[in-house]
Amino acid sequence: MATEQSTQTPATASGDTRIHNIGYRSYDGPRLGRSYARLSLYSQSLRGAYGLGRSVKSKVLPMLLFVVMCVPAAIMVAVAVATKANDLPVDYTRYAIIMQAVISLYVASQAPQSVSRDLRFKTVPLYFSRPIETADYVRAKFAALASALFILTAAPLLVLYIGALLAKLDFTDQTKGFAQGLVSVALLSLLFAGIGLVIASVTPRRGFGIAAVIAVLTISYGAVSTLQAIAEVQSSGDTAIAWIGLFSPITLIDGVQSAFLGATSAFPGGVGPSNAEGVVYVLFTLGLIAACYGLLMRRYKKVGL
Amino acid sequence: MYDPTVARLTYRALLGRRRALILGALPLLLIAISLAVRALAGADDQTAADVLGGLALATMVPIIGVIAGTGAIGPEIDDGSVVYLLSKPIKRPTIIYTKLIVAIAVTMVFSAVPTLIAGFILNGNGQQVAVAYTVAALVASIAYAALFLLLGTVSRHAVVFGLVYALVWEALFGSLVPGARTLSVQQWSLAVAQKVSGGDLVTSDVGLTTATVLLAAVTVLATWYAGQKLRSLTLAGEE
Repeated sequence: MATEQSTQTPATASGDTRIHNIGYRSYDGPRLGRSYARLSLYSQSLRGAYGLGRSVKSKVLPMLLFVVMCVPAAIMVAVAVATKANDLPVDYTRYAIIMQAVISLYVASQAPQSVSRDLRFKTVPLYFSRPIETADYVRAKFAALASALFILTAAPLLVLYIGALLAKLDFTDQTKGFAQGLVSVALLSLLFAGIGLVIASVTPRRGFGIAAVIAVLTISYGAVSTLQAIAEVQSSGDTAIAWIGLFSPITLIDGVQSAFLGATSAFPGGVGPSNAEGVVYVLFTLGLIAACYGLLMRRYKKVGL
Repeated sequence: MYDPTVARLTYRALLGRRRALILGALPLLLIAISLAVRALAGADDQTAADVLGGLALATMVPIIGVIAGTGAIGPEIDDGSVVYLLSKPIKRPTIIYTKLIVAIAVTMVFSAVPTLIAGFILNGNGQQVAVAYTVAALVASIAYAALFLLLGTVSRHAVVFGLVYALVWEALFGSLVPGARTLSVQQWSLAVAQKVSGGDLVTSDVGLTTATVLLAAVTVLATWYAGQKLRSLTLAGEE
């Protein structure tokens, strides 16, 4: 194809201006299209959330947090086996609540990693020059972070479950608890991923994104648990405690699972929301997830251009 | 030892645009919660101590310390613009010292002042609770700012490590392992607060002498080492 074809341009009379065909070819192979691009973005983001395919330094923190998340589960199993207990020391649903600091740190460190760097290095316009659209980018990132969180929170539950079966605890009982735990952490993953991404997508600065995410997660929890503790001392009733719980992500999940997933609440007094209040909790949680998705879509309607 | 231009630039980097929003939102939230608690529960010394100890000193001061401490130098190292600062004829320890002063000032203004206001709202400084926690917040501000400024010069993931220290070490391990409390800025500052309040509402696991010595040692060592780190700073490329 490199045959030289000369074209005489009529404007120049001298004839020394020519356009050469230097043999660029158009691509006529198969095009993998939008869904493939979305899948690639998803898998790359998911791998990136654990530092796979990135430098050794960026693997340290997510892997460390993953180990920190799983080790207590292994210890609990060991204790349960050694003492021949009839039950695990901690409920499946309670585990994520206990380890919330680790989960928050993971979201805070990985959500900005996932979106802030794209903004900072202005790679978002490059993504959108591919066949993906705003919705694809948002869905891929959201799904990737939620999956990463699900792996983080479900792995220790799996450790607990396998350990419980090896210790010959009651099969139906454990399976039911495990399933309830999985539903709860799935909800938690979606909620935390949404909140983390919404905050992180506002700033191109990674450090600032981390601080903002952690501030929202811990301060809201600190505020809610302080108010709940005071409401309990004042004995203004369990309803007040339950309604206050709506205002922080982790107590929201706590409320949902103690209302519908057979968990004992970590609220002060150990009284979770009643069924009617539980419905509000579920609606509020789902509404929050949807709102995060909506906000992300709005954020990326016009970006970096 | 103090360079006004560096200070001015650091103030602008810390309080410019959105950073000031998040820094201002936390104290406002604390004051709003104090108002709500006062309205719900009335003035009660124990409640006031719980809110100030649990929310203000344990959560808010470290987070503001992280934002101000690492924010004073971290972003500059991160985007490489620190070379323009380092190439000026200013001593590196002077740069650190100036940034430390700014970080301490910002942390104090955004954590100690709201603590005092919240304390007065909660119980009108009954049993010196408000003043005691304000003193604790002031003391903690100095140590946190120095510590997190050092982290900012050492690591590119300073914010994460700062938060790991503040939340996992002080809050999680501190509540489980008694020994971890001895090595916690929060407890050191509480020891000073205990001395101020004199009552039994504010208690610490560390003695006053130990706490003061450790606070001073941590602050001085962190500042000195941050200066040394800045003298031999290598700019890393992007990951």
